[in-house]
Amino acid sequence: MTQNGDFRDFTALKKEKFNDDNFATITSIEQRTTENAIEKCFDRFEQLQALNAHTAKLYRDEHCRYLSKYIERLPQSYECLDCSRPWNVYWILNAASCLNHTFPEKIQNNIIDFLIKCRNPKGGFAGGPGQYPHLAPTYAAVNSLCIIGTKRAYEAIDKDSLINFLWSVRAPDGSFQMHVDGEVDVRGAYCAISCAKLVNISEEVEKELFKNTVEWVASCQTYEGGFGGAPDLEAHGGYAFCGIASLVMLGGTHCFNSEMFLRWSLYRQMRFEGGFQGRTNKLVDGCYSFWVGACIPIVQAIMAKENIYDAHLLKKPFFDRRALQEYILLCCQKPNGGLIDKPGKPQDLYHTCYTLSGVSIAQHCENSMSPLILGCLTNELLPVHPIHNIPPMAVVKAYMYFNQLSSEQAMSNDGGRTSSSREASSETTTATTTSSMSEELSSSFDGGVSISN
Amino acid sequence: MSDNSDDELMPDWIPYSHRPEWSDVTPLAQDDGPYPVVQIAYSEKFSEVYDYFRAILAANEKSERALKLTQDALQLNPANYTVWQYRREILKDLKKDLHMELEYLDNIIENNTKNYQVWHHRRVIVDQLNDPIRELPLTENVLKMDPKNYHAWQHRQYAIKKFNLYDDELAYVDRLITEDIRNNSAWNQRFFVLKHFGFTSEILGRELQYTTTRIKRVPNNESAWNFLRGLLSQCEGAIDQSSYVNDFCEELYESGGRFVFLLAFLIDLNERRYMQCEEESKKAEFYKKIEHMCTILSTDHDSIRQNYWQYMLQRIRSN
Repeated sequence: MTQNGDFRDFTALKKEKFNDDNFATITSIEQRTTENAIEKCFDRFEQLQALNAHTAKLYRDEHCRYLSKYIERLPQSYECLDCSRPWNVYWILNAASCLNHTFPEKIQNNIIDFLIKCRNPKGGFAGGPGQYPHLAPTYAAVNSLCIIGTKRAYEAIDKDSLINFLWSVRAPDGSFQMHVDGEVDVRGAYCAISCAKLVNISEEVEKELFKNTVEWVASCQTYEGGFGGAPDLEAHGGYAFCGIASLVMLGGTHCFNSEMFLRWSLYRQMRFEGGFQGRTNKLVDGCYSFWVGACIPIVQAIMAKENIYDAHLLKKPFFDRRALQEYILLCCQKPNGGLIDKPGKPQDLYHTCYTLSGVSIAQHCENSMSPLILGCLTNELLPVHPIHNIPPMAVVKAYMYFNQLSSEQAMSNDGGRTSSSREASSETTTATTTSSMSEELSSSFDGGVSISN
Repeated sequence: MSDNSDDELMPDWIPYSHRPEWSDVTPLAQDDGPYPVVQIAYSEKFSEVYDYFRAILAANEKSERALKLTQDALQLNPANYTVWQYRREILKDLKKDLHMELEYLDNIIENNTKNYQVWHHRRVIVDQLNDPIRELPLTENVLKMDPKNYHAWQHRQYAIKKFNLYDDELAYVDRLITEDIRNNSAWNQRFFVLKHFGFTSEILGRELQYTTTRIKRVPNNESAWNFLRGLLSQCEGAIDQSSYVNDFCEELYESGGRFVFLLAFLIDLNERRYMQCEEESKKAEFYKKIEHMCTILSTDHDSIRQNYWQYMLQRIRSN
């Protein structure tokens, strides 16, 4: 049964505005300015709703048109993202998946060809053709190719050279550089692990490649409970996601403080705005709908697994899933397509991707068979995988493809002799590597994310 | 993403194709393939500069003119990590004076304070010079414009750790907290410095007082409460310090304080007491307190997190 959520009472909500304790500082002044801009959106909506009860609408067609236009051409203002071109592809593809919009086969093939142009002969993907390989566009390219999910797309990943690239950016302490001689932070670990998992690397390689990585990532958790980009840095929504997702993928969730993490994540939801901030005492930003929004069901699933007696108490997500959808629907949509950080900002692909995937998490994270949809029922988005942020099916299909590939390789290494025992053991390996992830998540994500059979 | 036209940035621009000293180089166009996607509408200047950069990169030319060219390319897109990496190779090859590079970077960083690549380049150069003399003033300058700039704090921590520059940092942090008591980055930096010196009971006592004084002044400031929690986590076994915090919270509550972070703190405090208590009547008393606080948080003071407060109550009850 689909359940229709209610909006909050905007009049009663006014008491939730920031209390500055009669002690104004730059933080409280900026906070109030932001709240006033958001209040205007809420007030406008309340009046319009009195005219027409069906105004709370996701502008599907407009967003799809925006994505369809940008998959081909981007304006000059995107010159600053000239080294993030696979990111532009990924943001468009994932946002489109949320909206259940698929691109024609011809465009999909053009995307594959373009990403091959970005691929370095020695492995890994670069920000654009001819640039050096880098972990962030590698993650974006691998995710994009998994979303497309054809044999040609999987082949374009070129698993063997990808793994060589991952080795080339690994640091001895288990952390990862973004590129050879590049900067180190938790993004590196997350991108590397996510790619390695999607191409289903063998257990032995995983153990070696990510030796000490769990400990390094865990050392980025701060006294506030979230993760910083590196040890001692301030807890931050983006790094918090990378941190917890890395620990889940490597089966290292016993190494961090989940209670502290949960509380810190929940406190990022703004009581008036409904959206999330990325750090304590910072402003709301639509992109944290995903970065922090996804952290909450993930950590609840971890806690449910750690303590089976409390598991039933942890089923219901603890953040306000309506308030989050309200913020995105009423304050972050551009009528001509695309979504934004906060009122007054221009639309861009990054915010379009992460606001939509955040809303998708909010709608589906309790149980994918009964989503919580705010406003029109047509606002329902398709689910995303909370760890990889691509459709759950895309994750499963990639695992299956690369598992098949490795057993075929094992067979041909055997000189063509059919070795049933080897085949069987390779299947078992896959089952264990994938189930560690699905078990963590199964309590919160019943349908969409169960990976094991 | 700004829509600054490039001409504004470089008024006396002469295209590379008109420069005699570049006449021997054939520009190399970007190979996007026959059917490109996410194709950016580059300005003519952007395309030309990068066509020449690609030619230089392909020829592996490390020269003065190549170094200048990277500067033009980086002005157009300071996020191009390939150009930065290649620039480092040229600097090394030509044995350039890296102090000049720092000066160049001062300017670039000032205009691109939220860019990963410029800060990384800075770090590599400082490592090579092995001299942090300009790093604290530089980050201080950037933090003057934006006291929460993550990259600036990261660079500052790097310099402090690597060159042991902790001594005056607490005074700096204190100044920032005085300017904006809600600056969470400054509070985080405070914790970073204290961790280095070690949480002795003397330091803990001083810091608890510092924090509670600031909570009294601005009781809805999450940064200070989180910091207090952080300090308390370092008080394992230090009974005096723990009871100082307990007394502070209970007094605040008794005098009518119903601040969200105070209530949350008291729930944790009473949960600990409840778990440790053997006496049934006392246990019930702690539970009643917890129940009351969870209830007023979920219905009134913090209803956006009502599911969480209801969970806290149920969890404590089930234990």
